[in-house]
Amino acid sequence: MKRFVYADNAATTKVNDMVLTEMLPYFSEHYGNASSIYSVGRDAKKAIEAARQKVATALNATNQEIYFTGSGSEADNWAIKGSMEFLKTKGKTHIITTNFEHHAVLHTCQYLEKHGFEVTYLPVNQEGYITAEQVEHAIRPETGLVTIMYANNEIGTIQPITEIGAVCREKKVWFHTDAVQAVGNISINVQAQNIDMLSLSGHKIYGPKGVGVLYIKKGIRVENLIHGGGQESGKRPSTENVAAIVGLGKAIELATADIPKKVEQVSRMRDYLIEQGLKIPKSRLNGGMNRLCGNVNFSFEGLEGEALLLMLDMNGICGSSGSACTSGSLDPSHVLMAIGLPHEIAHGSLRLSINEHTTQEDLDYILEVLPKVVERLREMSPTWQA
Amino acid sequence: MLYSEKVMENFANPKNVGEIEDADGIGEVGNAKCGDIMKMYIKVDGDVITDVKFKTFGCGAAIATSSMATDMIKGATIDQALKLTNRAVVEALDGLPPAKIHCSVLAEQAIKSAISDYYTRQGIDPEPIVGKINDCEACHAH
Repeated sequence: MKRFVYADNAATTKVNDMVLTEMLPYFSEHYGNASSIYSVGRDAKKAIEAARQKVATALNATNQEIYFTGSGSEADNWAIKGSMEFLKTKGKTHIITTNFEHHAVLHTCQYLEKHGFEVTYLPVNQEGYITAEQVEHAIRPETGLVTIMYANNEIGTIQPITEIGAVCREKKVWFHTDAVQAVGNISINVQAQNIDMLSLSGHKIYGPKGVGVLYIKKGIRVENLIHGGGQESGKRPSTENVAAIVGLGKAIELATADIPKKVEQVSRMRDYLIEQGLKIPKSRLNGGMNRLCGNVNFSFEGLEGEALLLMLDMNGICGSSGSACTSGSLDPSHVLMAIGLPHEIAHGSLRLSINEHTTQEDLDYILEVLPKVVERLREMSPTWQA
Repeated sequence: MLYSEKVMENFANPKNVGEIEDADGIGEVGNAKCGDIMKMYIKVDGDVITDVKFKTFGCGAAIATSSMATDMIKGATIDQALKLTNRAVVEALDGLPPAKIHCSVLAEQAIKSAISDYYTRQGIDPEPIVGKINDCEACHAH
């Protein structure tokens, strides 16, 4: 029987009911501008500060180090452009990153290259990992910033952030991490891990879209991306999106309440999905096993990912793919290229991202449908020899 | 990526999938690197294409255009088949997203390639009749 199985939680998540309930009064009741003096404005201001406290607690930061933004991508842009603009005045014009970052980091670095900055793109290995040694060897006197994602959005591989943080601290280089995929899946402690800046997003953790956070450690100077008002201590002007900020606060509180329990439960389901999925002939798992608890990324030879997604969707299953046809360009995902997959294998990729709401029945349904649609597409394919 | 109902119909239940073992002409265009390969088989009687089958490695639009294009030339004369443009295939599918137009070009080229092969097998130089098969460069503006 046809079911609906949402297995694309790395793309976005459903807003949690408790999150939505907390948000609603800030649309029509406490709608005041948080910068105003009267009570509907003060209510809004209080709510923002309560949300800030929740984010700070989740990261082991202080309230003054948390800045709300319009998205995770904005936070990444701000961290990199804003810090490099300042660091340039100190003669630091070199950035170190990896070749499989999210485009919010990758394209920002490429943009800065056009404006006179130098960028080193460290290559990840075939399993999808970078090492702290690679970072250490790439640091030069003019290096100002290291920006490396906490966990990859496509293949879920978790990077040695603590070790990289230690190297950066020792070498006195600032360290930013895009933790959009990691928050709620990995316990983060910005102080213990020597993280100077960290980006996160609301909609990946059952919060609303259109809100993110940049954590900026006290003492780190980041020039504004946006100018025009006193909000967020003058660092991020714009009338606050109060409801979204309240939602993000509640979402991060819920998402970080019991991470070990979530990881234990979801990774067990993930491992089952991987083990059973790999029984499909000529399939492979992309990325090593130190990966996000909900991330599965397969490649199937002889078929193309977009066609696979459409057929899964016809059966009520939502996933995603790194094929060129889903990216709107000719090349398959840069992440799958970075781990050395040939084009034709990368075109046949499928990411399934599950969470704690995924049931055993959901998994069994996926495992019933997936082999059939893979076989059907292979039957149509001239490159497939059974 | 929004597909028309016609595209989805042709993708979900594609017509003419398969191979023809004693085909009179076989054409293959595209490559795995780009993410789409179309292979077409034709059976010719006199100057009529009596049967046509395809196998396609590619996205939803590639499969749907293969289905539609093969259906449009089944029972047609070679002359008529050679006149089939990618535009006509797109129109028959009620349109394709801009990024997918190249799939229809590929389908047109696959038909031409199969007809070329048919002429070559007959000992006839196909180029004056069919023209050049442009394959990838035609559809992918790098």
